[in-house]
Amino acid sequence: MPTITFTQPTGEATEVTVEEGTSLMRAAVTNGIEGIVGECGGQAMCATCHVFVRPEFAGQLPEVSDDEDEMLDCTTAERTDSSRLGCQIKMSGELGNIVVDVPSDQV
Amino acid sequence: MENFSSESVLIIGAGQAGIQVADSLRAEGFTGAITILNDEAHSPYQRPPLSKDYLGPESTAEPLPLRGPGFFAAKDITLLAATAVSVDTEARSVRLSGGTSLDYTHLVFATGAANRALPCPGSDLDGVHELRTLTNARRLHDSLSTARKVVVVGAGFIGLEFAAGARARGLEVTVLEFAPRPMGRALSATASDWFTQRHTGDGIDLRLNEGVAAIHRDGDGLSVESTTGTRYPADLVLYGVGVNPRTELAQAAGLEVENGIVVDSALRASVPGVWAVGDCASFPHRDSGARMRLESVQNATDQGRHAARSIMGDESSYAQTPWFWSTQGAIRLQIAGVSEPGDEPVLLGDPAAGKFSIALLRNGALAAVESVNSPADHIAARKLVDLGLALTTDEISAPGFSFKALAKSLTGIPQPAPA
Repeated sequence: MPTITFTQPTGEATEVTVEEGTSLMRAAVTNGIEGIVGECGGQAMCATCHVFVRPEFAGQLPEVSDDEDEMLDCTTAERTDSSRLGCQIKMSGELGNIVVDVPSDQV
Repeated sequence: MENFSSESVLIIGAGQAGIQVADSLRAEGFTGAITILNDEAHSPYQRPPLSKDYLGPESTAEPLPLRGPGFFAAKDITLLAATAVSVDTEARSVRLSGGTSLDYTHLVFATGAANRALPCPGSDLDGVHELRTLTNARRLHDSLSTARKVVVVGAGFIGLEFAAGARARGLEVTVLEFAPRPMGRALSATASDWFTQRHTGDGIDLRLNEGVAAIHRDGDGLSVESTTGTRYPADLVLYGVGVNPRTELAQAAGLEVENGIVVDSALRASVPGVWAVGDCASFPHRDSGARMRLESVQNATDQGRHAARSIMGDESSYAQTPWFWSTQGAIRLQIAGVSEPGDEPVLLGDPAAGKFSIALLRNGALAAVESVNSPADHIAARKLVDLGLALTTDEISAPGFSFKALAKSLTGIPQPAPA
């Protein structure tokens, strides 16, 4: 099963293992990862599951959709080239052991 | 600064608003005891997915928690499975269903709303569903796997979200709506009419101006008799005909109630030491002072944050711009601001392509924007509505106009201080 490592701004890292098809946001919320809120429940409406995906995994991710792109413009922590919404990343075997950084601020 | 360690906060209700009060109190440095009364038989969970992804064919039907498993212990927040039965605001004490009482320094009503009952014979038959709680959603999730014909009573957000989801699963779906337009209280006629066409085009039999008269047991299934006398066979009926704020406990405690628990701009109720947030709170509009009550995740969380700061002595007024969303099949509807009858609608974008926004102008300013599959418009509109920006029909209709460009051009203009 795929794993996700969430790294906090403090450097503290938490690895969670999830079922295939689970979104990165759901994995974070159900495992109590600090700093991932998912206020809208995964509809790409609130931009409170913003993460920075480590560059080495960027090529394995689905393209940013137009909707996600627009929502990423209103994240609380400033958007970067590696910004994604966790609700739009569905975990699969191909993603391997993805590592993401959690922003310092979400809401 | 005072550290509040001798104070305690008791929150009635473990929904989005109640949990947010507790979370924000700790984030703001409150060190006293925090207790949340949860009267549902589940850990706190998110409601929006219950009418959407949760009911999809691939859903494992696991609810999305409002906070992670370790949250309450880590933040020293007591989550108590209990129902409040009465409040003594003089003694500052709440009696619980088990017979015990809890004292408080600050009491927060986050009791939410309850679905209106369907006022017709047969509404209690097996196969007739409502949808608000996880218990409702679980029952509906199980029934959907064998259902073929669905009748939905009420073309509001919940009814249409469910109808679109059921239709996407290939079920036959009829929607009865007694009003002439779907989502008529929340949406402009222009947007509402577009939804009528779109849902009808997707194969939903949307019957407007037709209410429900009775539901009958009909052989193995049900039939829904409408106000025109037509009978619609169904093996599953879902009704969503509005909600009432849960104010009984507050009323019995002597709080002022008027379509919601009456609070002032700091979200204080009419009795010292008592607050109300979210769906159950009737609060003054930041400009007009007119009372309003909102049913939305945004309002619940933002009021939760505000009440936490108020409890800690901040006297500022609640002044967030409301926003709402609905996902109906592949359609994403996002609304910034609250429209009123009489607002002037101005169309932006292409309804035929399924991507557009409707600006609603009132007294020469942008009062609300409804966006369909146009999140960029929505995000920009939230800022523009927040500013009460002066706009005319001509300006919006001018070639090259976009909310996004306008919002960007205004960056750098001093913004109102956050509440």
